[in-house]
Amino acid sequence: MNKLTGAQILMQMLKEEGVDTIFGYPGGVVLDIYDELARTDLRHILVRHEQGAVHAADGYARATGKVGVCLVTSGPGATNTVTGIATAYMDSIPIIVFTGQVPTKLIGNDAFQEVDIVGITRPCTKHNYLVKDVKNLAKTIKEAFHIARSGRPGPVLIDLPKDVSISKTNFKVPDDVELRSYNPTYVPNKKQLEKVVALIKKAKKPVIFTGGGVILSKAHKELAELAKKTKIPVTGTLMGLGGFPGTDPLWLGMLGMHGTYRANMSVSECDLMLAVGVRFDDRVTGKTDEFATDAKIVQIDIDPTSIQKNIQVAIPVVGDCKITLEMLNQLINKENTDDYEQKHKKWLDKIKNWKHTTPLAYNQKNVIKPQYVIEKLYELSKGEAIITTEVGQNQMWASQYYHFNQPGRFISSGGLGTMGFGLPAAVGAQAGMPDKLVVDIAGDGSIQMNIQEMATAVQYNLPVKIIILNNGFLGMVRQWQELFYDRCYSSTKFVHTPDFVKLAEAYGAVGLRATKPKEVESVLKKGISSPGPVIMDFVVEPEECVYPMVPAGAPISKMLLV
Amino acid sequence: MTEKKHLLSILVENEPGVLSRIAGLFSGRGYNIESLCVAETADPLVSRITMVTIGDSFILEQIKKQLNKLINVIKVSDLTGLDYVGRELVLIKINAKTENRAEILRVIDIFRGQVVDVGQDHYTISITGDTEKISAILNLLKPFGIRELARTGSIALFRENKSK
Ligand SMILES: Cc1ncc(C[n+]2csc(CCOP(=O)(O)OP(=O)(O)O)c2C)c(N)n1
Repeated sequence: MNKLTGAQILMQMLKEEGVDTIFGYPGGVVLDIYDELARTDLRHILVRHEQGAVHAADGYARATGKVGVCLVTSGPGATNTVTGIATAYMDSIPIIVFTGQVPTKLIGNDAFQEVDIVGITRPCTKHNYLVKDVKNLAKTIKEAFHIARSGRPGPVLIDLPKDVSISKTNFKVPDDVELRSYNPTYVPNKKQLEKVVALIKKAKKPVIFTGGGVILSKAHKELAELAKKTKIPVTGTLMGLGGFPGTDPLWLGMLGMHGTYRANMSVSECDLMLAVGVRFDDRVTGKTDEFATDAKIVQIDIDPTSIQKNIQVAIPVVGDCKITLEMLNQLINKENTDDYEQKHKKWLDKIKNWKHTTPLAYNQKNVIKPQYVIEKLYELSKGEAIITTEVGQNQMWASQYYHFNQPGRFISSGGLGTMGFGLPAAVGAQAGMPDKLVVDIAGDGSIQMNIQEMATAVQYNLPVKIIILNNGFLGMVRQWQELFYDRCYSSTKFVHTPDFVKLAEAYGAVGLRATKPKEVESVLKKGISSPGPVIMDFVVEPEECVYPMVPAGAPISKMLLV
Repeated sequence: MTEKKHLLSILVENEPGVLSRIAGLFSGRGYNIESLCVAETADPLVSRITMVTIGDSFILEQIKKQLNKLINVIKVSDLTGLDYVGRELVLIKINAKTENRAEILRVIDIFRGQVVDVGQDHYTISITGDTEKISAILNLLKPFGIRELARTGSIALFRENKSK
């Protein structure tokens, strides 16, 4: 057997795991790894900040369904990844973060650029490792990929001391991973599903409520089959967008704080809720005591800790969403003779009426409305774009006014709400999906948090389009101040903002601006058709609010409307 | 819902960092640890953690699920309400004036404790037993003046079915 260095083993194992792209940033203790990397045909995308590397790997994973990989140095390189890791953890995104570490001999000595990154990231990784012996490296990498992508996915970090990447050992690709302490339950208990079928047959006002789990387990086809066969309307979380076609008549729109009127009302009145791959986040439930009080709740999730955590459920089902829905469909196919169309007509009519009386709406004026920009983008991109978002109003308007018919098309930091996510995530998504139109919908605040990744986009010719809904404010915070703090705009107005058109040009990208409604379409057209990265600066209504809005802690049926 | 003490027996991989994962889980999610005891099992690759925690049934369900979710946790058993043998070891340094010595020795004797160190005016006593026994002896010894106390926390094993 030939002996390989740790760095060589790392390269071999990445190839073995099907990795072709990694996002990273070099430094002292990973020099040997970078030296080896240069000899492989792996594509390394040099970001401009390690946070960008993690978000890019995350965006790549969400867009492609593969595991995203990044590589950074020790100390500050490692600490810069923490926000990205926590973002991926909250949204259950499979990524592997390789961090360099000082030589094993120096660990614990406060050596130059030493930080206990395994300790720091323990609560925000699915699992993490410090590899102390090169002999364990291959097995650890194999395990890490297995853990990241199986069960409820999530980020895994591997800390690699410098001496481990230099030392040599015999290399053999490890056998398949067997972990006695980790065996996710994929196949649900059939008895539970029989109870679910009985509830479906009895229900008069059922709702399906979907989340990121549907997308992660690729259960969208099975979900559509179930909904269409049983004529049950579907709502979803922010993370669930694209799990069910956003243009289907059964789609209710998003649920929760900025959910549609009909989604929030349907859930408040339903008598059966089939919750699939959701964790009942407080942004979705509002006041939990008044959440779906009339409903029997069925919760399907691969992670037992998600079940019964925030909301009491009648029937817990632990299993993979795709497999579970497949089995559920089989059961329903077998015995069902009910005419669901007829049975649910009254309920669906009621919902249709809600949509009619209280649709998503905004007042058009002679200034650009941010909602209008997104409606136009949807139209011009024919709903085919991959949309990433920043955080705040931009994110909510993107989720309300762009309609997603497929999974992997809406890429947004749901759980952590990380400003600065959108641009690097777009870079990563574009790297994984070179033929797709990738658009980051941004606010003028968020975009400045990782603006440096423009240089990455330009260097690798990743033609991402950035739409800045420029309201001159930290808009979402301003909205709360307007509604709940007597308009005291404490530290939410930007007194100085860069000229984003010039900034784009300084980075070697194209910069465009629209200040009037009639310019919106032409700027979008020009931006979309430009071959490289583009920043489009839309100067929008400064004090527009996102509606509907459920005030924090209120029940979701109590919405503030336009 | 009412809070109750629970005795958990947790088998984990005997690896560095495992205890800090568990401690971090408890502090991060605001759960309580009342006592904690860790040591290797007969299999050197596995350690047993015996833990007393407090919470209502809702919290306990989450604690058990969250523990199980940790990659290094092999098995979690809640011994509360089951048939188990539980023991704790306590070392007690107590004031032992001449006039009290006979009385203290009598108490220790009843509880099958041992004097493991004697000084001019103190005894150090070692005693093992279940939680009730330990609190009983502590109550009896308190009037003499307890100077220092070290407890291991409970360890426990499930009782096997005897008729086999
Ligand atoms: C890293 C980070 N810091 C702070 C916040 C709190 N926050 C949430 S929304 C928001 C305002 C975002 O402003 P902008 O990016 O301009 O978007 P807008 O709401 O105006 O669309 C802030 C500050 C956050 N989510 N993330």
